[in-house]
Amino acid sequence: MARASAHRYRTRAVKNAVALVLSFAATVFGLFWLVWILWTALGRGLAAIKPSLFLEMTPPPGSEGGLLNAFFGSALMCLLAIAIGTPIGIAAGTYLAEYSRRSLFGETVRFLNDILLSAPSIVLGLFVYALLVRPLGHFSGFAGSVALALIVMPVIVRTTDEMLQLVPGPMREAALSLGVPQWKVIVQVLYRSARTGILTGVLLALARISGETAPLLFTALNNQYWSRDLTQPLASVPVVIFQYAMSPYDSWHELAWAGAFMVTLFVLALSLVSRAILLRHKVPS
Amino acid sequence: MNDLSVNTAPVVAGVHAPKMVARALDFYYGDARALRRIGLDIAEKKVTAIIGPSGCGKSTLLRVFNRIYSIYPKLRAEGEVLLDGENILDPRYSLNRLRSRVGMVFQKPLPFPMTIYENVAYGIRHHERLGRGEMDARVEGALRQAALWDEVKEKLQKSALGLSGGQQQRLCIARAVALKPEVLLLDEPTSALDPIATARIEQLIEELETEYTIVIVTHNMQQASRVSDYTAFMYLGDLIEFGETEQIFEHPVQKMTEDYITGRYG
Repeated sequence: MARASAHRYRTRAVKNAVALVLSFAATVFGLFWLVWILWTALGRGLAAIKPSLFLEMTPPPGSEGGLLNAFFGSALMCLLAIAIGTPIGIAAGTYLAEYSRRSLFGETVRFLNDILLSAPSIVLGLFVYALLVRPLGHFSGFAGSVALALIVMPVIVRTTDEMLQLVPGPMREAALSLGVPQWKVIVQVLYRSARTGILTGVLLALARISGETAPLLFTALNNQYWSRDLTQPLASVPVVIFQYAMSPYDSWHELAWAGAFMVTLFVLALSLVSRAILLRHKVPS
Repeated sequence: MNDLSVNTAPVVAGVHAPKMVARALDFYYGDARALRRIGLDIAEKKVTAIIGPSGCGKSTLLRVFNRIYSIYPKLRAEGEVLLDGENILDPRYSLNRLRSRVGMVFQKPLPFPMTIYENVAYGIRHHERLGRGEMDARVEGALRQAALWDEVKEKLQKSALGLSGGQQQRLCIARAVALKPEVLLLDEPTSALDPIATARIEQLIEELETEYTIVIVTHNMQQASRVSDYTAFMYLGDLIEFGETEQIFEHPVQKMTEDYITGRYG
């Protein structure tokens, strides 16, 4: 009896060791590529960072220049996309979490939103191309923003929905039992409880679209020159990286690396900030 | 079980000059019937305890008294609940008005994510327009009534989430009494608290009794016998017995009540 269980314990210990080694190896395998990518982007990009990067426009082949117009175009389109996607996303997420509980319609919308969430971004780009670019006859920064907003929206719908569902039911009951109408309870009590989560969702959506290339190729296209006009083609960092990295020119390669470095840095910073916000608010203030 | 409903039919829980009256009250969760023909009087400015094993419908009954159940789909109440003679189950009875007259404190202390001051002022602000000074006075009054003022007067602008569990529950009571309700519903208000905080709340209930009509649902038999004037015993959706607390605990009429009180099941 004792021997049988000793044998069983040994088998378990061996199985445990095997599982541990396998999962550790899988982790190392994943991390290896991640570190390599970051290392290359940082090493090659850092070398290409100089003041002219932020002061000059994208150059023609063979001459010196920077990425100022691309940085500006990216910032403009990303902010506009967030400005369009956030209110719609929060409103729809609120509807799902607060008004359509357990209804068939709500579940259907949630399911469709999840599909939109994982839709390939190039599909969204093509959609906006057919919707805005073709009818208007030309590429535009506005079309780019709309394409990015379509990526932002489902992310924010999802986080708002989830964060509101995390607010305990009795909190709603307590507020409603004071005779306060539901919309006020949502805006004044529930949003307060869920705001750090929703804000994190917005930041992560921003991180996601700041590196998107595919939806911009069909919509904002690119622009060699300084432009603030949203009705015209607009440069963006990911599209410039794409164009320059595919080119045969060394000076363009260098700028592409610099752009990749800046985008990586930006996304990293956003992730850190959202982490910090979440951590700070876990402890009751 | 069939004898039981025959048995309980004649239970009419009468008191002199009741504040709230339930008459032939039925309650359904979808198709499941959770309350059967409940008839119960709630005496004005007294404490009425509702006891009974889990699932007996005591919380359900309490949640009918301010219609908080109505925020969920597929729940419905039939029959009458009269507050000063008016049927609150009538859809024409304004929920705003009902909830300003019937306040509620829940099992888990859950302050709103705001300052201590705002937690108390929040409900008032929705029902009345008050000047700064008046509001300060109302908030102080409510916190004093909840025996919390001395502990928080220095930190009214701090987040309410930093208070201890017992303090948070007293804040929830302050939040409810701030609206100057006539009836106060307490749904197992001490089940998440330690014995010292519990004693504090029980003492508070006795003080509040002079001004409010109180209905308390509790799992704790000693608590019911300590704080209440009247006790209702429920079992599986039926009101089995109702009477003065002393009578219920010392000379219960029904065998089931006696069994429950002496801990034979539950």
